[in-house]
Amino acid sequence: MAELTLFNRTELTMRLVAKLTHEEAVVGGIGNTNFDLFAAGHRPQNFYMLGSMGLAVPIALGVAIAQPERGVIALEGDGSILMSLGCLATIGTVRPRNLTIVIMDNGLYQITGKQVTATGTNTDIVAVARGVGLANSHWVRDHNHFDEMIARRFDEGGPVLLAAKIDDKPGAGQTPRDPALIRNRFMKGLGTGRGGALDG
Amino acid sequence: MNWSDTFLDVLKKNDVRLISYVPDNVLTPLIKGVTADNYFISVNATREDEAMGIVAGAWMGGMKGAVMMQTSGFAVAPNALASLLVPFQIPAILVISERGTLGEFNIGQVAVAKIMRPILDTLSVEHHTLTDEAKLGFIVDSSIKQAVTTQSPVAFILSPLLTGGNPVAHAKLSA
Repeated sequence: MAELTLFNRTELTMRLVAKLTHEEAVVGGIGNTNFDLFAAGHRPQNFYMLGSMGLAVPIALGVAIAQPERGVIALEGDGSILMSLGCLATIGTVRPRNLTIVIMDNGLYQITGKQVTATGTNTDIVAVARGVGLANSHWVRDHNHFDEMIARRFDEGGPVLLAAKIDDKPGAGQTPRDPALIRNRFMKGLGTGRGGALDG
Repeated sequence: MNWSDTFLDVLKKNDVRLISYVPDNVLTPLIKGVTADNYFISVNATREDEAMGIVAGAWMGGMKGAVMMQTSGFAVAPNALASLLVPFQIPAILVISERGTLGEFNIGQVAVAKIMRPILDTLSVEHHTLTDEAKLGFIVDSSIKQAVTTQSPVAFILSPLLTGGNPVAHAKLSA
């Protein structure tokens, strides 16, 4: 692996969210990943996962299948994607052109006490992704490279996987722990909610 | 029509287009029917909880979906039920081929056959065991409509009385 910039998750998430101009759906994985998505500023098209560790990428795949015209982004941590490596193989089969996966890799289960994950020792997520047929998978080298990789339409050109080495800082926010509210607002943001019956 | 055609027909009538599955011999006619029909979008998932995640995302994106799995595979998925489908109120349709009873050779299926319904009951997930093709249409159609209206997952357990059971098990038991 070439020399990689060590990013900060909060900063990188804000950098990504700032580039979203087409109501892209963003699914934030459990823990720090969705805390930082929330901290970057709530958007109606954000889904914050509470529990179901490892399922951010499958949930994003489902959204991508149901709404093929919308760009969909899954944000996931290294511990979570290690729990669900099989879903990368599924995406290698389905090949949704509107799905982008961003892996925030600090090599740690940061939130449970910084225990080392397999990406901290022996596992290269980009190599895994390429191995299941996701050829458009890249380690993000530095800020310019990240900006270059996200200066694109998210509704085409996928599937893409970007992995960034990040520091061991916790997330900057705290998502409201209200699943029904989160689902309701997300569906409203995607235009699929029951919508206007109560609040227009 | 045979039971699998009837089942798929009810899914279609209820706009259930996405089928994510981990296979089983008993499910073979359903999976063949799904993959042969352009109406359906089928996704062969690597795990049952992954399939539940895919169907949850699709529901929020406006597409109804079902997860098909075998009995032992159900035991992979309680966390996805308890922390995703139930609290987020996702009306996923779960289709479980009932293994582990009425002529099973695999002890791993037998254990899960015993815990499957108690787990669904504990999570307050409505479930119906389908034994009779004549009643299948009414049960599945009305239960899908109830799941969507009440925003709750629903499970259909396909009994060997309906499906004839696992042909591989029959062969092993009678060998």
